[in-house]
Amino acid sequence: MHLSPDEVVFWQYGILELNATIVFTWGLMLFLVVGSRLITRKLSLDLERSPWQNLLEIIVTTIEKQIEEVGLRHPERYLAFLGTLFLFVATASLCTVIPGYEPPTGSLSTTVALALCVFVAVPLFGIEEQGVGGYLQSYVKPTFIMLPFNIISELSRTLALAVRLFGNMMSGAMIIAILLTITPFIFPIIMTLLGLLTGMVQAYIFSILAAVYIAAATRVRKPESEPEAEPDQ
Amino acid sequence: MDSMTIIAMISIVIAGITTGFGTMGPALAEGRAVATALSSLAQQPDASAKITRTLFVGLAMIESTAIYCFVISMILIFANPFWRHAIAQTAGK
Repeated sequence: MHLSPDEVVFWQYGILELNATIVFTWGLMLFLVVGSRLITRKLSLDLERSPWQNLLEIIVTTIEKQIEEVGLRHPERYLAFLGTLFLFVATASLCTVIPGYEPPTGSLSTTVALALCVFVAVPLFGIEEQGVGGYLQSYVKPTFIMLPFNIISELSRTLALAVRLFGNMMSGAMIIAILLTITPFIFPIIMTLLGLLTGMVQAYIFSILAAVYIAAATRVRKPESEPEAEPDQ
Repeated sequence: MDSMTIIAMISIVIAGITTGFGTMGPALAEGRAVATALSSLAQQPDASAKITRTLFVGLAMIESTAIYCFVISMILIFANPFWRHAIAQTAGK
């Protein structure tokens, strides 16, 4: 039994190492890119659409709506980043129904990479929205004393993002492996189903948390005196 | 007892205690969160989408503390740094 798919090595040459994490990540990337390319090759604007185009449209509009509900004003600006995060994590956990496959998100290196993407993207979006000065000022809100705590929270939430996804994915694989040695029939299947649900929830959580962080970084401060207009429902 | 046995024994015992105690707090917290969310769902069924979304995000945040404990016990059992150190020392002798 191994802790992460990093330990399954397919090919090694010197320090170069091709482990299961990299191979399955490439497989997922290929699947996602080629799949969307094939579907978007012939899009139609008419009422007659292929079922695959409908599927993609449902996915894109749902993600867009979810991002908007978090409080980001222009969801299409963040759709590429947040949608990619969601689709990658979701496909990584959905593909566990394939025998022999191990989710690349069950390796700490993948989840740390994803969390670092969020860690870099949040200041970038924040600076794009409010400028460098405006974004840096958000670190000393509400008082100057909060500066170290704001920086610590920035780092710790990145760590939390990475370890949460890793822990959930790894525990799913680990529990199934342990159950296979104890009760080899039926019960592992139920746990696999539960693992699919957990995987979807984790994908949702990961992208929603990234959206929440971006929303917090891009929020333009209004002057205190100006009464905030309530948006119409 | 040599040092390997002591390290192995303490690691296994602590791994169990870590997960055992570490899941207590999140379990209570998740129970409270779900109970509150259910009662607010009963009061305001219209806001169900919003409540459910916030509940899921909150549950994931609470659950991550339990997951940290689980990760630590997994590290203690399967990737113990002290155990590796002891093995390297006995192999070097």
